[in-house]
Parts: sequence; structure tokens; C-alpha cells
Amino acid sequence: MYTRRRHWYWLLLAPFIATLWPPFYNRIDPQLFGLPFFYWYQLLWVILTSMLLGLVFLVTRAHRDV
Amino acid sequence: MSSGAIVFLVLVGAVTVMGFAAAGWGRANLASFEEWALGGRHFGTLVTWFLMGGDLYTAYTFIAVPALVYGAGAIGFFAVPYATIAYPIVFIVLARFWVVAKKRGYITTADFVRDRYGDRSLELAVAVTGVLAAMPYIALQLVGMKTVFVQLGGIFAAHDSIVALVVSFVLLGAYTYNSGLRAPALIAFVKDGLIYLTVIAAIVVIPAKLGGWAHIFHTVAPVLAARPKPSSIVLAPSGYFAYASMAFASALSLFIYPHSITSLLAAKSKLVIQRNAALLPAYSLVLGLLALLGYCAIAAGIGGKDTSAIVPQLFAHFFPDWFAGVAYAAIVIGALVPAAIMAIGAANLFASNIFKQFSPNRPQGETRIAKLLCLAMCVFALIFVAFVKVAYAIDFQLLGGSWMLQVFPALIFGLYTGWFRPKALLIGWFCGMATATAMSLSTVAQTGTIVTAFPLHILGTTLVGFVAFYALLINVAVAAALTWLFGAARIDRSVDSTTAADYT
Repeated sequence: MYTRRRHWYWLLLAPFIATLWPPFYNRIDPQLFGLPFFYWYQLLWVILTSMLLGLVFLVTRAHRDV
Repeated sequence: MSSGAIVFLVLVGAVTVMGFAAAGWGRANLASFEEWALGGRHFGTLVTWFLMGGDLYTAYTFIAVPALVYGAGAIGFFAVPYATIAYPIVFIVLARFWVVAKKRGYITTADFVRDRYGDRSLELAVAVTGVLAAMPYIALQLVGMKTVFVQLGGIFAAHDSIVALVVSFVLLGAYTYNSGLRAPALIAFVKDGLIYLTVIAAIVVIPAKLGGWAHIFHTVAPVLAARPKPSSIVLAPSGYFAYASMAFASALSLFIYPHSITSLLAAKSKLVIQRNAALLPAYSLVLGLLALLGYCAIAAGIGGKDTSAIVPQLFAHFFPDWFAGVAYAAIVIGALVPAAIMAIGAANLFASNIFKQFSPNRPQGETRIAKLLCLAMCVFALIFVAFVKVAYAIDFQLLGGSWMLQVFPALIFGLYTGWFRPKALLIGWFCGMATATAMSLSTVAQTGTIVTAFPLHILGTTLVGFVAFYALLINVAVAAALTWLFGAARIDRSVDSTTAADYT
């Protein structure tokens, strides 16, 4: 049971890779609402991380209830 | 008195009453250590969300991050990835810590380390590090409050704001002594509400008045480039490693701090922690938007020698007086909540691990000691701010952050493996502390301030990285090498009181 739910945890590596490698996002264009890419990309990852955590919470909890 | 000052006084007065009234919350017996220090481990998802948000995103954060962006450009935005990746760590690692702490009755990180390794000196090292890191952090909350008192002027700013600071902290100490963790937990509702209100207002109003984000960045870029110490709205490639290592190492250390652990352990279940890991990034979004106010200040031509004043100055400049009063109250209450939790967290370490060693059946009088120490922490912070220059307080806090991370191997690796040996971890910790201190102080002779990003000359190139991160690498390397050595020599075996079932 534990091994089955734990592999979802690997999803949580994504925020680390996406935000800890500045060459991915260290540029001005494309802009959004006048914000350079550097800023809105990182703010977007705040939201994406929150959603990923919500997803992992739901799927791992569902397993736990079984 | 101005309308802003009246609004400010009413709000701060209201939370003071709430702080005392919190003692009656849940009709708990506050003579019990768990009830006073951790609210009886009863807090659900909503209370925990407000409490942790109020605890981690301090007034100082809300003052310092925009100030850093104002002063240094893109590198100051590292707080955003830091406050993003901290949450997967909470979801997996800290949720595990909550489980073992609940099962074995831990109130501090040092309690766990003691139980896991059976080593008194390692317990002391962990506890002392926590207290040392918490003290300047509490003092910086006072610095955040001071910027508001100066902006309010009049009686608030009299005698270098000391009177206003003493009054605030005497009240804070009194209601925390009285109500324990319930006081900041209840006040956090007001604090976070006010923070969201003011930040959303600021982010809607200020950029619009300055002609929109495109115009702001267009104005800011040449200003940053023309400064004596030029910076930019994007990173220089030489700054990549510093940016990433600061975000990464800060995220690793965030939840080792005594105040984070205290509000974490107050949650009533592991699910509450995991649900909050998904919900707390809302505060990180607020933090990111606030960081951008640093650029608004540049575009508006605001700011002088003291960059930490730019946020209060922005509110004074763009909002009617009464609303500025709301914003000031948000900052001051935003300082009182974490200051109370930090004082409780540090007092817990003192009472549970320094005066005596950890004992699962909490000895009589431990609560009384913790309550008195909590008062002592408040007094110490006041003395610190009254006699130590602000710049030193900030330096000391940065150094404290690098020290805090050196507890990581004993605590976090310890959650997953009993392989490391206690004295190996202790020596690793010592090497990490020494490295962090030496690197941080390496520039004091030339520049008078400490560094957080150290240029390491390695393999013919120079890699500028976060001091805490380099120190952690040395710490782990030493601990691992010595564990292997001690294992081969069959010495320094740990006495592990926990079992595998305690962690799941």
C-alpha cells in the first residue's frame, strides 16, 4: 500500500527543477501584464506547486482510506 | 492625533485584548506544558493556516524582501522560489516529523534528536543553535515595528521609538506568558486578514497610479544599472548559483527554526500539515507581489538611506491617512505574532533541553520555567534593539540562518535513518558552524558587513554561493566520513529509543 502511493511524491520534484535552474527563466520576454518572464514564471510556479501538492494530497489520501 | 494613528491604535489595542482573552480558548489547563506551548496539539486546518502564515511570513519579511529588491534587483526575488519549494519539504519531511513528535510527545527538535541518538551533547548543540538563531530574529521583528513607529511620528517616534517598542513588548510578553501559543494563534487571524487586505489594495492601486508594470520596469531598469553597485531586473549569469543556493538552503532551514516547529507541532493531525502544505503557498504569492513593491518605490522616486522604510513610505505616499493606519497596524501586528511564537519556541528549547535533558514524562515546573524564559526572551530582544545597531541585528540574523541549517543532518537525516553516529553528527555540526561563521565574517575587515554569498574558488573557477549551503556540504561530508570511521572502529553507537512504527 505504501509503495503504491509513494510514487506520487516524485511529482513534487518538479518545483525544485523548475525554480532552481535560473537559465530556464532568466529573461524579460515574453511579458505578461507588463511583468518580465523572470517574475511571472516564478509566481506561476507558486500556484503550480500549490496545485501539485493538492493533487498529491488527494491521491495519497484516497489510498490511505482504503 | 491623525486618523491613521487612531485606526492603528484601535487595531493594535484590539489584538492585545484578544491575546489575553485567548487563555479561555478551549478551557484548557494552561499549567500543562503541551497546552501552553503547543495549544494542546488541537489546531485544525484553518487555525493552522492562519497560525503558520502569521508565523513564517513575518513583518520583517514584508519589510525586508521589498527592500532587498529595491536595493539589489532580481536577486532579491529569491524569496519566491524559497517560499515555493519549502512546501513539498513540509508535505513529505515535516509531516513525518509531526508523526514521530506526536507519538513520542516531543515539543522541540532537540527532544527528537535526544531520543533518536541518546546523546546529551548533540541534544544541547541542537537546542543552543535554535535559541541563538531565534534571538536576533525576534530582535528584527522590533526593527520592523520601529519603521512603522518612525513613519507614524509624534509620540510613537519619541526617544527613537523606544517607548513605543517597550510598551508593545511588555504587552506581548504579558499575554504570551498568560495564554501561551493560543495568543498568537488567535491574533494571527487579524494579522493575516489585515495583511491580505493591505497587500491586495497596494498591488491594485500602486502599479496603476505609476502607469502599469511595463512602465515601472521600463523606468527601473536604467536606475538599477546606473547605481554605484549596478544591478538589473534579471540575473547576471554569475549570480545563478547564488540565487539557487540561497533559495534551496533557505527552504531547507525554514522549518528547522524553533518558531516553525512550534506552530507545526500544534496541528492536530498529519493531514492538517499536508493540507496546509498545499494551502500555505497563498502567502508566498502575497510575498512575491510585495517584493515587486520594491520596484514601485524606485519608479515613484521613494526611498532614502534606510531602505527598510520603503514599504511604510509607499503606503504613506499612495493611500489616505486612515488606510495607511490599517497598513501600519498590519505590519506591527505582523511582528507581534511571530515574535510571540519565536519566544515560545526558544523558551521550549531552554526548558526541555538546556536546563534539563529531555524526559518523556515532563517534570514538574517545566511549564513555569518556559513561561518565565519566554518573558526573558522578550526582554533580551528589547535590550538587543536598544543597544545594538540595526545593521548588526540584520547581520546576526543572517548568520543565525546559516547556523540554523547546520542542525539539518541530525534532524532531517535522522527522520529517515539511524545510520549516522551521534558524535560524528556533533563534529559535523561544529565544522558547519565554524565554516558558516568564518565565511560570513570573511569580509568584515574590508567592508564592515558580513556576506551571505561567498565566492568559492574551486577547480579554476569562482562559484559564488550561499554560505549556509557550503557550510552544510562540509557538515554532511564530515558527519558521513566520521560515521563510517566510527563504524569501522565500533565506537560511538547511538542509543535509539524510537522504533520504525513511530514514524508512520
